[in-house]
Amino acid sequence: MAIRKKSAWKAPRLGAPELNLLERLSNASAVSGNEEAVRRIVLAEIKGLTDDVRVDALGNVLAVKHGRGSALPRVMLAAHMDEVGLMLTADDGDGIFRFELVGGLDERTLAGKPVWVGEKQHPGIIGAKPIHLTTAGERSNALTADALRIDLGPASAKKAKPGDWATFATRFARLGPSLRGKALDDRIGVATLIAILRHPPPNIDLLAAFTVQEEIGLRGARVAAYALKPDLAIALDCTPAMDLPVSDGRENTLYRSRLDGGPAIYVADGGTLADPRLVAHFRAVAETYAIPHQMRQPGGGQTDAGAIHKAGAGVPSLSISVPGRYLHTPAAIVRFDDWKNTLALVHAALGHIDRDTLKGAR
Amino acid sequence: MEETREHLKQMISVAGLSGHEAPIHALLESAWQPLTDEQHTSRLGSLHALKRGRAKAPRNSLAIVTHMDAIGLMVKDVDAAGLLHLEAIGGIDARVLPGQLVTLHARGGDLPGVIVIPPAHALPEDQSSGVPSLAHLRVDTGLRPAQARRAVQVGDLISFATLPQELDGDLLVGHSLDNRACVAVLTETLRLLQTRTHAWDVWAVATVQEEITLFGALTSGYALRPTLAVVIDVTFAKSPGAPAHKAFEMNKGPALDWGPNTHPRLYKEVENLARRLEIPIQPSVYAQSSGTDAILLQVAAEGIPTAILSIPLRYMHTPVEIIHTKDIERAARLLAEFISGLDDAFMEKLRLDTPGEGEAS
Amino acid sequence: MKDIIRQLVEAIGPSGYEGEVRALVQKMLKGHVDSMKVDALGNLIARKGKKGVDGLTIMLSAHLDEIGIIATHIDDNGFVRFTSIGGVLPRNTAGGRVRFLKTGQVGVIGLEAHKNTSSVPGLDKMYIDLGASRRAGVKVSVGDVAAFDRPFEDLGGRLVAKAMDDRIGVAILVEVMKGLKATPHEVVGVFSTQEEVGIRGATTAAYGVDPDLGIALDVTLTGDTPNADTMAVALGNGPAIKVKDSGMISDPRVVAWMEAGARKARLPFQREVLSGGTTDARSIQMARAGVPVGCLSIPCRYVHSPSEMVDYGDVQNSVKLLLALLARPVKLGGR
Repeated sequence: MAIRKKSAWKAPRLGAPELNLLERLSNASAVSGNEEAVRRIVLAEIKGLTDDVRVDALGNVLAVKHGRGSALPRVMLAAHMDEVGLMLTADDGDGIFRFELVGGLDERTLAGKPVWVGEKQHPGIIGAKPIHLTTAGERSNALTADALRIDLGPASAKKAKPGDWATFATRFARLGPSLRGKALDDRIGVATLIAILRHPPPNIDLLAAFTVQEEIGLRGARVAAYALKPDLAIALDCTPAMDLPVSDGRENTLYRSRLDGGPAIYVADGGTLADPRLVAHFRAVAETYAIPHQMRQPGGGQTDAGAIHKAGAGVPSLSISVPGRYLHTPAAIVRFDDWKNTLALVHAALGHIDRDTLKGAR
Repeated sequence: MEETREHLKQMISVAGLSGHEAPIHALLESAWQPLTDEQHTSRLGSLHALKRGRAKAPRNSLAIVTHMDAIGLMVKDVDAAGLLHLEAIGGIDARVLPGQLVTLHARGGDLPGVIVIPPAHALPEDQSSGVPSLAHLRVDTGLRPAQARRAVQVGDLISFATLPQELDGDLLVGHSLDNRACVAVLTETLRLLQTRTHAWDVWAVATVQEEITLFGALTSGYALRPTLAVVIDVTFAKSPGAPAHKAFEMNKGPALDWGPNTHPRLYKEVENLARRLEIPIQPSVYAQSSGTDAILLQVAAEGIPTAILSIPLRYMHTPVEIIHTKDIERAARLLAEFISGLDDAFMEKLRLDTPGEGEAS
Repeated sequence: MKDIIRQLVEAIGPSGYEGEVRALVQKMLKGHVDSMKVDALGNLIARKGKKGVDGLTIMLSAHLDEIGIIATHIDDNGFVRFTSIGGVLPRNTAGGRVRFLKTGQVGVIGLEAHKNTSSVPGLDKMYIDLGASRRAGVKVSVGDVAAFDRPFEDLGGRLVAKAMDDRIGVAILVEVMKGLKATPHEVVGVFSTQEEVGIRGATTAAYGVDPDLGIALDVTLTGDTPNADTMAVALGNGPAIKVKDSGMISDPRVVAWMEAGARKARLPFQREVLSGGTTDARSIQMARAGVPVGCLSIPCRYVHSPSEMVDYGDVQNSVKLLLALLARPVKLGGR
């Protein structure tokens, strides 16, 4: 595929204001089913940037920015606002609560962590039995959510109730070339989408969907895509980088994606076989402008594209992710440069979309 | 309510397994005919009955959605001995099956049968102690092999034959109370609405296939596009073996479910209304999935704001489910009051882009 | 018809990459249907006939795709690591061969040494040997797709091939679309994509076609091999009319209509209750406001192996049954 190069591509800048926004987004608590806190930030940030904005029945924020001209391709960009987390399910009394997992949170990481309960982020902890009181046999079994409790302390017994959500209490931080946060999956996608709305490509009608309930089955994206009826769609997400060295020194062949490899372009995951024409388009744009990029290893996992591509009579779809280590644990890590290159690639690729992009055979 | 109790006993005396709801559909169609203005059947067999509102058209509409299908069994094969091999329709714990009386719905009419465990020497070694899995249980119709093979064909349905039984203190026992008890809530609501006015249209919806695919709720949501929906289903009542923190008291009112399938503002509206009317409700939370029609109803088409009311029920998915009929009455009164209060401005209260009650702006 | 089957099963088209098979079907149908189009997910939608007064829009769906593999990594020694597209069974995999789509390159599937020979290692312990000795020079890259490679065999009454699931359904649908003469219906033949990864093509096709009635054509399992799990379906006893599988319950009215049609045409058939697996019919049933569906299954042994076996008589009777059903108005009885 030939991409006509338009001199050097001017990608939106990522600086202090964007990092500040990502920090606020990552620190906000918005577990699947209650995305209020992030929705509030998104609505404030995109105010005045789009021609139309609404919040639908599930809580998705749907914003439309028209390009210049008529009959432009309708391009949906989706980033999910929700994160994996916990829900308090029963009050055992004295500020002790049972809880369950929401989404594919790594259960092995629960014990011994501070948490924030509710939208006001009331502090609590997940304790564990003192090691002195356990047997060796007991210890060889993982501590599952069933056996653990959230403890707010007796004086705070009334500060929470069953039905409240909780997240790990991990504050966003910069770690050298990296960024650390509890919910970079997918607040980094949300921040990327906001950055694109600030610099919208004029050649397309941009349909921005900040979605809910991705982590519990892509449920927000499903109705969002149905409502927006796009010609094509791009999901912006965060994908696992399982690129650590293998203990016996053998080659790591199951890394999924790698930090510093640039944006990860999907061919196939558990939910979507990406439209090959869009894969080719993004690769060609990346090569034309020498933007670092990598192919995400085909395999499991899902993004909003899994729901979007099956909406209505079907939508050619692709996912682009920032690679991130330790997703669905208290602290994920991404590289700042990977974020920058992701924004550059998505922005440039959108800038080159026209009616011919999907002309070839699928 | 006496009328509704009899109606419920009738409902749990007819079949209507998932995908094959014709018997219960027919019963409901005639029960709702005098209570509603129009009745339609969806392409998958769900019953849609409309009670028109008083507001000027086009009117907003509320759908009350309850599934009418029931769990049961299906004939998977008829062996040389004329014994029936079984496939489950819906979630059934094989440990409750041996010794159950069942009704086989065959071409030539209903036949009685009983679920049996073959003798130990006839079972594979790993199945010979404890209760064997469903694959090793059989239904014996009492017919001789050749008769059975003539009468029964692969795909025939088998339902539980437990008869309705009232217990002291307004308790009712039977199979299929999941979810016919909730259909009774809907019928009672329609009765209460006969003497009230309401601005919105009300769709009474009895869905198919909840126990298997949830496609009834999904497709009816798409067809009707209601402004709002309330799903009524059953939940666990406190009973031996049910974990206490997941179970609710019987006779303490319906549970109101909170979680991702629930529209948060709609939940608040129903909760506040119950408080004002002093109708007891029990808050219920689910972290991920409500396990009800709301799962797919909420995501039909462009999405439907949905609330979920649950009736506590003991021994769910056994042929001896128990409910308290006062809970049916309370749920119906709450729904009727809610419907009467719906006005033009109501949807403004559900907007998710404005701060809700008690939330920071 | 055997030649059509051979051409179809020897073409390769794993889920998402059905282009070659679709082109073949387009060629076969040219001049035999009123229109053909390809939708956003690659489904081929062929239409024939006009919906008359007592006619319906009837969607018949057979999936083009087959299971396959996709490269995940090329290691330093030139071995290609891979994962599955669709339900690839590791026990049927090692020692087989695959053919890559773009290059036509053939590779052998090897298995890492393992100690416990009574268990089957997963695909992550397997690799594809392209005959290369180092990474440089390997033409395959991450994300490239391949299908299992195995020729068609005609055993007389029985036919064996890879991808009989569901090219046999495709072959039947091709024959039906070609053979269809006078019909009161608008018959829409959908050659669907991405069935093996979760019935995705039929989902969007059904939404787009918006049919009044849907029938999937797919293979089903049998209970007629040594020590098989109970299932009252056998090769050679006729096409199977599905009552239930693990993802869908056929509309009882459609089942009754299909059975009556078979009796009237004096064609053999069997009733099917399948414990594991489902078909395009599931997606058609849940489309829009719902669609009455059924499924005509072709009994098939060794499904998802490179040697899937069907009975030629069952195949021919499937074509005859469908043509008989489509020739007359459909009267769905009461529920």
